[in-house]
This record gives sequence, structure tokens and C-alpha cells, in this order.
Amino acid sequence: MATVTLTPKKVPSLRLEADNITPDVFAGKSAAEIAGLHVFTGNTQELLGDYFTVAGSAGATAAETSIVIDGDASRVKYIGMKMSAGDILVKGNADMYVGAWMLGGKITVKGSIDAFAGTGMTGGEIIVDGDAGNYLGAAYRGDWRGMQGGLIRVGGNAGSDIGTFMRGGEIIIGGNTDVHVGTHQEGGRIVVKGDCKSKVGGQMVEGEIIVFGDIEVMMPGFQYRNDVDLEVDGSEATFALYEGDVGERHPKRKGDVVFGKLYLKY
Amino acid sequence: MAEYLIRNGFVYDPVLGIDGDKKDIAVKDGKIVETTALSKPTEINAAGMTVMAAGVDVHAHVAGPKVCVGRNFRPEDKLFNSTPQAGIKRMEGGFSVPTTLRTGYNYARMGYGFVMEAAMPPLFARHVHEEIRDTPIIDEAALPVFGNNWFVLEYLKNKEIENTAAYIAWLLRVTKGFGIKNVNPGGTEAWGWGMNCETVNDVVPYFEITPAEIIRGLIEANEYLGLPHCMHVHGNSLGEPGNYTVTLDTLKQAEGYTAKNDFGRDTVLHHTHLQFHSYGGTSYSSKGFESKSKEVMDYVNKQDNITFDLGVVTLDETTTMTADGPFEHHLSHMNHLKWANVDVELETAAGVVPFIYNPKSYIAGAQWAVGIELGLYAKDMMKTYITTDHPNAGPFTRYPRVIKWLMSRAAREHMLEKELKYGDSIRNTCYIGEIDRELTLFEIAQMTRAGPAKVLGLSHMFGSLRPGCEGDVAIYPYNPEAIDPSRDPELIERAFSTAQYLIKGGEMVVKEGDIVSNGSKRTFWVDCTTSENPQVQRDISEKFKRYYSVTEANYEVSGHHYVPNPYVIEVDASQ
Ligand SMILES: [Zn+2]
Repeated sequence: MATVTLTPKKVPSLRLEADNITPDVFAGKSAAEIAGLHVFTGNTQELLGDYFTVAGSAGATAAETSIVIDGDASRVKYIGMKMSAGDILVKGNADMYVGAWMLGGKITVKGSIDAFAGTGMTGGEIIVDGDAGNYLGAAYRGDWRGMQGGLIRVGGNAGSDIGTFMRGGEIIIGGNTDVHVGTHQEGGRIVVKGDCKSKVGGQMVEGEIIVFGDIEVMMPGFQYRNDVDLEVDGSEATFALYEGDVGERHPKRKGDVVFGKLYLKY
Repeated sequence: MAEYLIRNGFVYDPVLGIDGDKKDIAVKDGKIVETTALSKPTEINAAGMTVMAAGVDVHAHVAGPKVCVGRNFRPEDKLFNSTPQAGIKRMEGGFSVPTTLRTGYNYARMGYGFVMEAAMPPLFARHVHEEIRDTPIIDEAALPVFGNNWFVLEYLKNKEIENTAAYIAWLLRVTKGFGIKNVNPGGTEAWGWGMNCETVNDVVPYFEITPAEIIRGLIEANEYLGLPHCMHVHGNSLGEPGNYTVTLDTLKQAEGYTAKNDFGRDTVLHHTHLQFHSYGGTSYSSKGFESKSKEVMDYVNKQDNITFDLGVVTLDETTTMTADGPFEHHLSHMNHLKWANVDVELETAAGVVPFIYNPKSYIAGAQWAVGIELGLYAKDMMKTYITTDHPNAGPFTRYPRVIKWLMSRAAREHMLEKELKYGDSIRNTCYIGEIDRELTLFEIAQMTRAGPAKVLGLSHMFGSLRPGCEGDVAIYPYNPEAIDPSRDPELIERAFSTAQYLIKGGEMVVKEGDIVSNGSKRTFWVDCTTSENPQVQRDISEKFKRYYSVTEANYEVSGHHYVPNPYVIEVDASQ
């Protein structure tokens, strides 16, 4: 594993659009070549090297490449976008679209991340120690293909609209979420260790939402079925199972109607 | 203006009967001229390349409210495919519902010079014209929709052809329209009552008129006026298994009518996207569906007053949009994707739904087969046109791919063997596997320029390289002596996707594959004079006072703002 270290040297005046910061793009390149990759601030094209000191060099392939951002990237967008392998460690915060459309590999952020992380991701892992913003693991605006695979784990809280149009994979939130969880969800699993505000599972077709804390206001489209004991992310508990959203269409499988499942811990 | 001499290309011009001969083509002052008329031409060496008149598209949805709804509600259609401004080229974006700029540029890249917007809601004609205005390079016109219009339904119910014609002439003038579009005759209006018209004999509620009567009435009105284009119909029950009988009934309405016009058009009914209307069976599964392209073409091939376009499914993720509102609603319940509807008071209602023609599904592959079969069974290629009902069956940028499938059996076999998951079921339920025919470049030129120009009544301007025609010439990097369609089908697609040169109106627009000019696009419309008709005038004023949410004065598309560069075709129907 070869490591490329990016040390921030200048705070961008506008948000930096840096979708080139991925193991796939870095693979096979020297520090100088990486510093020469482009980034955008607004409509101006600049170089990665204008904003970061680049040290080390990349491996031959994405899988053999590690990237470390040794500092704060809270004004750097699209870190790890479309990456297929390898790993990225951000020692501070990161801006929007972390790991968007990610296919594989792993991104770890020690601080917090802004909105749209894991948009449409199909594989890989995003691990965030701090908080996540809105639209985590959701679909791109207008699209119906949200997160389809992989894992997103957030240690702190998440914002609103997480898992919108989610179709597969897993999102685990250590803390609380804002409104709208799993809207239009069609698969996959969302685990919230803390509380949710409201509009959990609106227009949900399939998949699972598991809430350890409280839901301030339940959706009227969910109906209580029975109690179940589950082991979730290493802890065992008894949950009330609700199914819904009954106002939405639902597929049939082996003669049974398949609903979205909402588990609420007692 | 510049003079061009296009030297030594392989020229295909069905109108002049030129079939790949090496010839020089001359352009001067915006027109095709004899080579002897040139004094100091810029020479273009077209040796080893194919030269044709610029393409003419008879049916695409490229401008107006429903296209705009498609763009607005599909931001994901522009994801990762936008390109920034560069040189004279402005920013482009979108795949199935491209921006106006990309629409103009992509048609130019394919060597097209004229495109018919196939469905203009009259009330929103201003919007249609604003988008046409903003689409560079290509000349365009638009067909207002009449098949569910209250005026038309009322006049035709009383068999008042003269009044129908007077209303149509008025509407073409105020909307700057080109001809008569007839979408799901009566069905869209019936949908307003919670119903539809599934056959040509279903009665439209309240108006008590049938689709058959609407189709015949509009043919009669069209020929009464002598419009350049014929009545352009999208029949009832689009997309329904078993609908081919409805299609045959629709086509039969043209029997007994002959074209009356001064524009060289000899047909009275154009059926659009026939692919969507040539289905047998009872469901979309491989056990319930079958192609009826052969049965439909057996009828079409015997008629001399019908034309049609293919509407080939291209197996892409696209955006469907039609003034067949009920169909789109139905579709959204099948694929569970988002749905939008644009109701237009008194006139029409369009729906918009994204759609994925998945090559891994049986039905998408079967639909693909039906469209290609229609082209291969057709006998008169001057009456058979290549379309994808853009963007309904696929984006217009796939025309080169459709040409490849029509020209190469190997390309079709590759689809059945490699690309389509249910190739074997498609062979069993469709005809595609048993057809050897490979269309020639001459036939492709008939289907993409000479034929459409003729049915639009524009053969005096487009579709041929005859001196006097518009200086619209496309040069493709395709050497018919070197390329074997059965061995190199991909070269066909590549060549027709990237015209090496396009001269449009005598101006070089594409040079060595690059857009080098935004052209001088024109909007074509038909100004048809009829004798005074006080009754129709009174009916129009009355309807505006009673029902419309706008006044008559605010309805008209007027002034240079909407149609800054018009080309008006005058028709005198006052006698
Ligand atoms: Zn159409």
C-alpha cells in the first residue's frame, strides 16, 4: 500500500470541487503529477497543488493506494467521488459529496461531513466519527437510485433526508437524525441508535428502518404488527415492528405483500 | 455569401436518382447550384466520403412545455454529461432531454438541417417558439395538436369540414404552426372524463364523436386547405399488446382520399412511431406478446397514400413524453417512476415519465425488434422514415445506431446473440431473426432526407442536391467502397454520428467534425388564407370569453420576439 499525503496549505475562497481526490485518479501518479491535477473554485480551474502540499506517491492501482488528508477539508467537496478501491483518511472535516457514487474501498473521516455523502453509492464504506449532514446515502436530485450497496457509519448525528430512495446497503447513525428518514426507501437498512424527529419511512416501499430511541411523530401510514427480538449491530433488544407505508404501492413476493419494516425499540 | 465546391464524394440523392456516383456538388448564395455557376469557391475534398442533402426529421419532441417539464423534472439526465462553453459553442447538457443548444448541435453533428417538433399545444405555442428560437442551426417547424381540441370535436361532430378547416387555418396563423397533429384522437379528451378511446369506434363522451370520424375529418380539412404536410396521426391504444388491429383500422381511414396540394405531396395520412402500434398478443411477457409488424406492413405496402415513421426503441434510459396524457399515466403505474402531467385547457394534455428500455427485459428487446422489422418490411422507402419518436423510444442521437441496425444483419444478430438477454424468445415471437434484408445508403437517404422532405411538402427546399434546393449538405466519413456493413457495422454508426462537414443554408456549420457556427436558424410556418368565416370567428371569440383563461389577444404568437427569423409558406385556400 502506497500512501499519498495531502496537507492543506491554503483555505479556498470558494468551495473547492476536488473530484480528482480518489485512489482511482491518483493511481500510478507521482506527487508532482498529483499536484498538477485540476480542481475547480467556482468556474475557475486551478491545481490541486495550489491548495495542498502533496507528499508520497500512489500505488500502481487504486487498490494499492491510500490517501491521507492531513488537516481540515471542510471546504473541499467530492472527496472519493466514484472511487472503486483503496482508502482515504481525512483527519479533519470534509465538505459535501464525500464518497458520492462510490463503488468500493473505504473513506474514513475523523471530523464531520456535510450533505450528500454517499449519494447513489453502490459499494464500499464511509466511516465518519463526527456528524453527517443532510441527504446521506440519498439519490441525486431527481434520481430514484439512492444508496444501493456498501456501508455508511456515522458516530454522531445525521441531518435530514437520510437514505432517500435508498435501495440497498446499510446506514448506521450513532446519534440522532433530523426529519425524513428513508423516504421512498426500496431496500437496504437504516439504523438510528438515537432519536428521529418525524416523517420516518414516508412512501417507503421495502427495506428496514431500525430506531433505538424515539420517533417524535410517527407516520400515519405505518401499522403495528408484532414484537420481535433482534440483534442489531452487536446489541440485542426487543422491538415493535410496524409495516408501511400503507399509502404506497407494494410488491408481492410468494403471494405475500412486501412492506417496509420499521422497528422501534421498547 | 461563401461558395463551396464539394469534390469527389460518393453522392446519394434519391430525387436525382444518384446512387453513390462520384460527383461534385456546388453551393452558392445559400442554395445548391450547378458547378459552372461558381466563381471562387472554397473547395472541400470529399474523396472517400458520403455526400447527401442534410437530414430531415419528420417527428421529434424537441421544444415546448412537455420537453421543458422533462428537463426540469429530470436533473439526473444532465448528470455527468454537461460540457462547458468552448469557442463559439455554448454550454450543453442532457442526454434524453438535452438543452436547446445541445439539441441544435447534436442534429448538426448528425448532418441534419430540418426538424419537425411533433406536438405543439396551441395555448403554449409561445413557449414552443421560444425554445425553437433558442435551438441553433437547424430549421424547425411545429405541428399544433388538434385531435382532442373542443372546436374540432364540435365541428366534426356536425360534419362541418369547412368550419374545421377555417379554424385550423386560424390556429396555424396565430400559433405559427405548420400542420395538423392528431394524438390519440378523442382519447385524451375522453380521459378528462375518466375514460379513453381504445379503438377507432369508441365514442368520446359529451362530443359523441369517434376517433375514426376525427381522423377522416382532419384528413378532409387538411386536403380542403391543401396544406404542405398531411394529417399526422398517433393512433389510439399506443403501446398496448394487440393494438395492431386498431392501427390497421386507423390506417384504413385514409382509403378513398387523395392528396390535393401544390407542394408535391401525394399522401394523406402519416402514421407516426408505428412501432408502438404494431403489437399482437395480450401482455408484455414472452408468452403473451408477439410482433405484428409484418401484418401491418402487408397493409401499408399496398397503399399509396400513407407514410409512416418507425419510432425505433434504442434500449436506452430515456424520457417519455406525449400529448397522450392517459398513456403516460398508465406507464407511470407500470414502472413506478415519477410522472408529470401538463393539462392544457380545451386543447390537450401531455404526460412525462422517465423510462428504461432494459436490454435484459424481454419486452424492450421485442419492441426494438418490431421497430426495425417495420423498416425492413417496407417496400417504398420514400414513405418510410427513421425516427425514435425522440425521446420516447430513445434519443434522436441514436439515429446512426438505427441506420446501423437497418443496414447490417450482422449488427442485428449481434443484438440477438449478445446484447439482449431474451434473444431467443424475441426470435420466436418477432420476425427479426428471419429477415435478411440490409438497407442500402440510397434507401437510407430516402428514409432520412428525400422522403421526409416530400411528405412535409418541402421537397422544393430539402432532401435533395438538385440546383435550386437549399444549400444544405452533409458529408459523412463513410467510404462505401471500403466499408462492408456486414463486417464493420460500427463504422456505419460512427460515420452517421459525426458528419465531417455540414453546410446549412450555404454556411459551413460543421467543419472537420466541429461545430464552427451557430447558423442562421429559421422557423417555418404555414399562413393559410381562407374565405371569411363569421361563424368560426364568433365561435373563437365566444370560447375565449367563456372558457379560456387567457384572452384571444394574448393567445397569438406574434412579433419578432417569438419567431425572429420566420420562413412563411403561403397557402391560398380561399377558392
Ligand atoms: Zn411523438
